[in-house]
Amino acid sequence: MRLTADSLASYSRFRRVMKAASYQRAPAGTQPDYLYPPYVSTCKRSPKQPLILLSHTLSELTGPVFGHSDIGENDNDLTHQHGGEALGERIIVSGRVLDEEGRAIPGALVEVWQTNAAGRYRHRVDQHGAPLDPNFTGCGRVLTDREGRYRFVTIKPGAYPWQNHQNAWRPAHIHFSLFGAGLLSRLVTQMYFPGDPLLPFDPVFNSVPDENARNRLISLFDWETTIPSHALGYRFDIILRGRQATPVEVSP
Amino acid sequence: MTTPPTASQTVGPFFHLGMSYLERKNLVAEGTAGEGVTIRGKVLDGDANPVPDAVLEIWQADSAGRYLGEIFPRNSAAPRFLGFARIETDDNGEFTFTTIKPGRVRSPDGSLQAPHIVVTLFSRGLLKPLLTRVYFADEPSNAEDAVLKLVPPERRPTLMATPSGERGARNVPPNIFDWKIVMQGDRETVFFDY
Ligand SMILES: [Fe+3]
Repeated sequence: MRLTADSLASYSRFRRVMKAASYQRAPAGTQPDYLYPPYVSTCKRSPKQPLILLSHTLSELTGPVFGHSDIGENDNDLTHQHGGEALGERIIVSGRVLDEEGRAIPGALVEVWQTNAAGRYRHRVDQHGAPLDPNFTGCGRVLTDREGRYRFVTIKPGAYPWQNHQNAWRPAHIHFSLFGAGLLSRLVTQMYFPGDPLLPFDPVFNSVPDENARNRLISLFDWETTIPSHALGYRFDIILRGRQATPVEVSP
Repeated sequence: MTTPPTASQTVGPFFHLGMSYLERKNLVAEGTAGEGVTIRGKVLDGDANPVPDAVLEIWQADSAGRYLGEIFPRNSAAPRFLGFARIETDDNGEFTFTTIKPGRVRSPDGSLQAPHIVVTLFSRGLLKPLLTRVYFADEPSNAEDAVLKLVPPERRPTLMATPSGERGARNVPPNIFDWKIVMQGDRETVFFDY
């Protein structure tokens, strides 16, 4: 094949990416398996054939890039997205997005969605009889700053019933979606609240075998970000899959 | 000291609330270079039932095989092809999107990959996303693709979008391809561990 000037430029860039980006695999038990029968929906939606181990190519090492133009003005304040203020216990959810070595990940898109204070999603298939709040949609987004920090103002979501088993209730949680440096860093998770009595009974939370990894999904009550006479602070730091400390040279 | 990545959790059935704003069914803008293609498909579970609450995230190179952010400086005046979209399945588990056929991208062994789109699948019941790729069945370079070579030959067809022979209304969008994602079972789609 003949390399054009353009493809040469892309190729040298590619070599740099390859050098910088050898991703390590998560330690055993720190991620859920696809099949976790107590969470019934996994039974028909988990692959049965062996997964094929992919050597990471530029297609996986790159990923979409988002900017401030993707974020609206009140996107990080879920209590003020309508004419009036959302009902419920006002909270501040903040934290840092880091890689496995503790390095900040700036410019990461963080998306959240959640129920209102009564445990109801503003979604056409949510059948829960709890009331909707006209002043609360329940979704937000923000970009991390240079230190990897993010911050949302929202209301504490409610527990809600679901059909997984007899008398099943999800503990209060906020869904989080994150885009890091590339596709391999992509993460969707859920943040829980400390002391929630439903946690020991929740198959989604308990699908993570490793106790430490599981407990890192529980936010910490945080005096430092609590605002007097206004809102309680919860802290939730998020670790994205990242590069190895020692880059591995990949020959072209 | 390293800390393992935060554990993945399912998007649940209500992800539309937070994720729909990045949904796009057409990645082709005015002036996008390349051959337009529409991929239509269906997501099926282990009972061959349609999955109406799944969302695909697609990521692909432009027609010259370049990923956004890797080639163009951020402030380049050249028209940029984002290469990313979210596509939700409908009540019948079906999805469709229009894009341009990606160019060939180099793989770690130095060979050129065949045109492909990386697909990340999320749904209720998936505690972590499924990663797969869609290739074009009529593409001769598939035979040289290093990733396809890792896949047992009898399973490769699950990664192929096949030409339907149909073209869209007034021939726009052109070249409709069909693809199926089977989450579990005998004809299960090849998913990658990454
Ligand atoms: Fe939920």
